[in-house]
Amino acid sequence: MRPSAQPARTARALAYLAAGLPLGAAALLALLLLTASGAALAPVLVGVPLLALAALTGIPVAAAERQRMRLLDVPPPPTQHTAPDRPGLWPWARHRFTEGATWRELGYAVLLATTLWPLEAAALTLLVALPGALIATPPLLAMDGSEVKVLKLWSVTGQPVAFACAAAGCALLLLASHPLRALAAARARLIRVLLAPEIREVTVRELTRSRARLVDAFEAERRRIERDLHDGAQQRLVSLSMTLGLARLDIEPGTPLHAQLTRAHAEAQAALAELRDLVQGIHPQVLTDYGLPAALADAADRCPVPATADTQSLPRFPEAVESAAYFVVREALANAAKHSGAARVGISARYDDGRLTLTVNDDGRGGADPSAGTGLTGLADRLSVLTGTLALTSPPGGPTVLRAEIPCRPCA
Amino acid sequence: MPSLRVVLAEDSVLLREGLIALLQRFGHETVAAVGDAQALTAAVAEHRPDIVVTDVRMPPGYGDEGLRAALALRESYPGLPVLVLSQYVQRAYAAELLESGDGSGVGYLLKDRIGEVEEFAASVERVAAGRPAVDSEVVRQLLRRHRDPLQRLTPREREVLALIATGRSNAAIARELVVTEAAVGKHIGNILAKLDLPPAEETHRRVLAVLAFLRS
Repeated sequence: MRPSAQPARTARALAYLAAGLPLGAAALLALLLLTASGAALAPVLVGVPLLALAALTGIPVAAAERQRMRLLDVPPPPTQHTAPDRPGLWPWARHRFTEGATWRELGYAVLLATTLWPLEAAALTLLVALPGALIATPPLLAMDGSEVKVLKLWSVTGQPVAFACAAAGCALLLLASHPLRALAAARARLIRVLLAPEIREVTVRELTRSRARLVDAFEAERRRIERDLHDGAQQRLVSLSMTLGLARLDIEPGTPLHAQLTRAHAEAQAALAELRDLVQGIHPQVLTDYGLPAALADAADRCPVPATADTQSLPRFPEAVESAAYFVVREALANAAKHSGAARVGISARYDDGRLTLTVNDDGRGGADPSAGTGLTGLADRLSVLTGTLALTSPPGGPTVLRAEIPCRPCA
Repeated sequence: MPSLRVVLAEDSVLLREGLIALLQRFGHETVAAVGDAQALTAAVAEHRPDIVVTDVRMPPGYGDEGLRAALALRESYPGLPVLVLSQYVQRAYAAELLESGDGSGVGYLLKDRIGEVEEFAASVERVAAGRPAVDSEVVRQLLRRHRDPLQRLTPREREVLALIATGRSNAAIARELVVTEAAVGKHIGNILAKLDLPPAEETHRRVLAVLAFLRS
């Protein structure tokens, strides 16, 4: 630590501790008012929500405490609270009351209001107000002219004594700077211990989030590629094919040039068909436009093995869910067509009780090994990001049943 | 075929210019060529064309704006022939289109078909004349499926139905299958009976048969 940074650190520590005073006072006031009025009104029921509100006092107090860390030039620790899974006041309240963090924070608010706050006020008085009063002696004496009562104890009448007081004040202030910083650091440490989540918890949460972000980014990238192919290569190929087609009209049939143009034209058409299949595998437009039932019916149509899709009416789900569901079915259909020797494949999709369930069953020879191909493993990973599961049963002799479950909520 | 007045909606300038040239080559006039669904609606109101040719995917959302606009136009101008071009075969698109209005004068083709210039021009004329034109790729996909009510049709009848869906006349079907027109008529009669279609005017029943085919 550079010496020049010391005064700045002391000033930060002082600001940090001083900011705690109004916070502690506010916490005390809120707790007292809410519990007292809540308890008094409890017989007429109005008090119950007031008491509930009192129990939530810890949340804003803890939030303010975390933000207060900025005064020490430290980033505020992340909150321990998690987001409620549904919008609205009631789900929010229910979520908060069942969280451990809420009660821990209430405990902290009570500790702050009853113990920490008075102690800090006393410490600040001792370390700052006292030297401050001593330092203020000479100007006070100059204003009054005859006499100043230093700290309401000693009477000082001459400027030399007054300046001696001020010098003593400065010395005290210098001496106080170290305990001030130590107090602020201890205080911040207490906040970290009580109000910040454990590191492991944060890491897991952050990893889960970043994985979900990666999947979203992956999804967005697929769509971008699909869009680029659609707007670029496909349009150009169609245009090329049209130009060749028109040119062919102007050439005498049977000539070598006509034959060559016909071949070029056929090549362009074949390239278009290949590109169309490729794009379809990247991100099907029907999924975006019409949702899962239409997309699954479409996938069934394209399956070389006769397939039927039984989907009833499903609501629309978030893009990541629909996309994962669609590609699970596509992979299962591809596997059935490639390995199972099945004569029929059945697809079903159901949404029930916050859970989208997809099953693909075939009447093939069974014995499918989920670890053999990367396809299913990749899909299981994709599902697990959505906290979904994938189960495959495929006894030798069949039938093979693949079942995927994704907990999700329909889009509003 | 008399010259058709066409309103064209396609957001790719390259394809738009190409399509104008193609239509001109076959003697049809493009009275307006626009790049988005909103402009399409305005152009139809202004020009009252003989046929609308539109892309499915257009700005601003690059979703199915063109199809939605086409369906809305069929609502506001009953009987307006509409030919929708799509980058992919989507049975849902075709079914929605054929269900609009009385189902006559709608076409749904893969964009690739523009390359088959003569076929494409014929499809434009067919749709303008009030007949359906469903892409053969859609039809091929449907034929792979084995399900009621198409199950009741013989392979030959399915073949005939597929050709009706792509918009062929009885004479054209007869030529394609190398049978007499009378035989085609008999097949069609069987198809309509087997699909339990209510008695109606001939064109309309053909459309209904195609619809049954698409919905199966």
